[in-house]
Amino acid sequence: MRVLRLNPIAIALILAVILFVVGGIVQPGFASYGQGMNILRLAAFLGIVAAGQTLVIISGGERIDLSVGAMITLGAILVFRFGDGQNDQALLALALALGVGLLIGAINGLGITVLGIPPLVMTLGMAGVIQGLILVITGGRIEGEAAPALTSLVSGSLIFGIPGVVLLWLLLGGVMWLVLQRTAYGRRLFAVGTNRVTAKLSGVRVPSVLVLTYALSGMLAALGGVVLLGYTEQVFLNLGDPYTLPSVAAVVIGGTLLAGGVGSYFGTMAGALVLTLLTSLLTALELPESARLMVYGATLLLLLSLYGRQKALRQ
Amino acid sequence: MSAAWASIGPRLRRVALRQSYAFALLLLVVAVAINYYLQPTFFQPGILSGNLLLFVPLMLVAVGQTVVVIGGGIDLSLGAIVSMANVIFVSLMSQEASPSRILLALAAGFLAGILAGALNGFCVAVLRFQPIVTTFATSFIFAGLALYVLPEPGGVMPPGLVNFFYINPLGLPMVLWVVIILLLLWALLRSTRYGPYLYATGGRDLSAFVSGVPVSSVRFLSYCIAGLMAAAGALALALSTGTGNPIGGTDLMLQSIVAVVLGGTRLSGGQGGVAGSIIGVVILSLIQSIVSFSGAPSSWQTLINGLIVVAALAGPGLVALLGRRRRA
Repeated sequence: MRVLRLNPIAIALILAVILFVVGGIVQPGFASYGQGMNILRLAAFLGIVAAGQTLVIISGGERIDLSVGAMITLGAILVFRFGDGQNDQALLALALALGVGLLIGAINGLGITVLGIPPLVMTLGMAGVIQGLILVITGGRIEGEAAPALTSLVSGSLIFGIPGVVLLWLLLGGVMWLVLQRTAYGRRLFAVGTNRVTAKLSGVRVPSVLVLTYALSGMLAALGGVVLLGYTEQVFLNLGDPYTLPSVAAVVIGGTLLAGGVGSYFGTMAGALVLTLLTSLLTALELPESARLMVYGATLLLLLSLYGRQKALRQ
Repeated sequence: MSAAWASIGPRLRRVALRQSYAFALLLLVVAVAINYYLQPTFFQPGILSGNLLLFVPLMLVAVGQTVVVIGGGIDLSLGAIVSMANVIFVSLMSQEASPSRILLALAAGFLAGILAGALNGFCVAVLRFQPIVTTFATSFIFAGLALYVLPEPGGVMPPGLVNFFYINPLGLPMVLWVVIILLLLWALLRSTRYGPYLYATGGRDLSAFVSGVPVSSVRFLSYCIAGLMAAAGALALALSTGTGNPIGGTDLMLQSIVAVVLGGTRLSGGQGGVAGSIIGVVILSLIQSIVSFSGAPSSWQTLINGLIVVAALAGPGLVALLGRRRRA
C-alpha cells in the first residue's frame, strides 16, 4: 500500500494496461493496434482539456474549473462557424477561439481573486454565461463546417498510424512539463498551491498567478473543443458538458492533490487514459446504459480508494 | 452606487457585512421591486406562489446541500439522487394507486434517498475520500440506478396526490407551508446537540475532533440528511410534473450550490444557514422571471440570466471592495 501511494502515475499506467488487456480478453479486437490508437485519440481530447484543470487544481484551495465543458463547446462553435470549412479561415478562427478562452478564463480568475467569489460557483456561473453566449452567437441554429485540415489532423494518421491529435497531445505534455518544472510561473504556481500565505510573503503576486492559471485553463479548454470538432465534425449545444467533471477526475486519478501544491501533467495524462479506457471497455461490453453508468461510478470510487484519501483525524 | 453605499452609514454597513444573508435579503428586495415594475400583477395571489411552486424541488435540494456545506463538505450527487428517487416514486405508483401502495412508494423513495446519502457519507466521513470527486463518482451509480428503474421518461402520479400539491391549506400557498416547515425543522435540528456539532465540524474538523465532537458521525449524518432532502425534492418534482424522468434532477445539483452561496453560506464550511439558501432559491426564481418578462429576445435570455447570476454572486465582493476603496 505504501509503495502504491508513492507513485500514482505508475498505478494509473498499470491500471491502463490492465484495462487494455482485460478489454482484449473479454472482447476480441479490443486490444488491437487500431483500437489502441482510437482510444489514445479519445484520451487526447480529455487530456488536453484536463491540462488546464491540472494547473487550476495545483493552485490549491480545492479550486476547480467547472466552466471547461461550456468553454469546449464555445471553442468548437467559434471554429465551426467562423472557420466555415476554409483552412486559412480556420486558422484565424482558431486564434479567435483561443483568445476568447483566454479572456473568459481571465475573467474567472479576476472574479475569484478580486471579487472573492468562490471558485466553484464563479466557474459554474461562468458556464451559464458561456451557454448564453453560445445561444446568442448561434441563435439556436448552428451553421458552419469543420475545416478539412482540422479533420485530417485529428482523424488522419501522420506516422505509424498515430493520429495527429495524439502527437499534439504528447507535444502538449512536453510543454506542460517545461511550464511546470522549468519556468518561474510553474514554481510560483506550486508555491501558491502549497501555501498561499507563504507564497505571498515570499513575494509571489498570488492574484496574477491565479488569473493566469484560469486564463490558461480557459484557453486549453477552447483548444480541446477545437480538436474535438475535428473528430465529431459537428457541434451540439452540449458538446463539451460530458468533459467537465471527468477532467477533474482525470487530474485526481493522476495523483494531483485537490488540496494543491502537488501534481504533474504526466499523471493527468495517465488519468485521462484510464478513464477513456474504462469508458471504451464499458461501451465495448455492450452493457445497457444503466449498468454502464453504475460500473463507471463504482470503478471511479474504487480508484479513489487507492489514493484519493485525506489524512485520518486520529494521528 | 458608491455614493448610495456611503450614505447607508458605517454601522449598518458593518451589520450588513457581518450577517451572512443580509446581502441576500437586499438582493431579494431589489429583485422583487424589478419584478413588480415589469409585471404589475406580480403580487396578485396565485401568480407569485405559482411561479415559486416550480422552485420547490430546488428549494428542498438546496436545504440538503446547505447542511452538507455547513459540515464542511459538498454533494455533487444530489441531482442524481433526485432523479433516482423521482423514478422510484413514479414507477411504484400508478394512476389509481391504493393508499397503502402510495405509502409503500413513498417509503421506498425516501429510503433510497437516505441510503444514497449514507453511501456518500460513508465514503466521505468514514473512508475520508475527497467530497467533490467522491460524490461525482457516486452520482454515476445513482444515475445508473435511475435509468435502470425507468429507462424512458413516463409514468403517471396519482391525481389525488398531484392535486394536493396545488391546494392552499388554511388559505396559505403551498410554497409558504414548505418554507415554514423547512425553517421549523432547521430550528429543531439546531436546538439539538447536532446543531453546534455540525458548525464545529465544518469550521475546523481537527479541533472539533480533539474537543470530543464525533466528527465522522456528524458528517455522515449530514450526507444522510441531504439524501433525505433530495428525496423530498424528488417527490416535489414528481408532483409538479405529474410524471417521472430518469434525468429530471440533473440541473438541480449545480443550481443548489449557487443558491447556497447566494444565501451567504460559505463553501469552506462552518458558517451559514438554511434561511439564506431558501432566499437564494427565491432570488434565482425572481431572476428567471425578470428575464422572461423583460421582453429580451429569447436567444439572449440565457446570457442575461447567467450575467445577472454572476453579478449577484459578485455582490458581496464588490461591496467589500468599494468599502475598502472608501476607507483607503
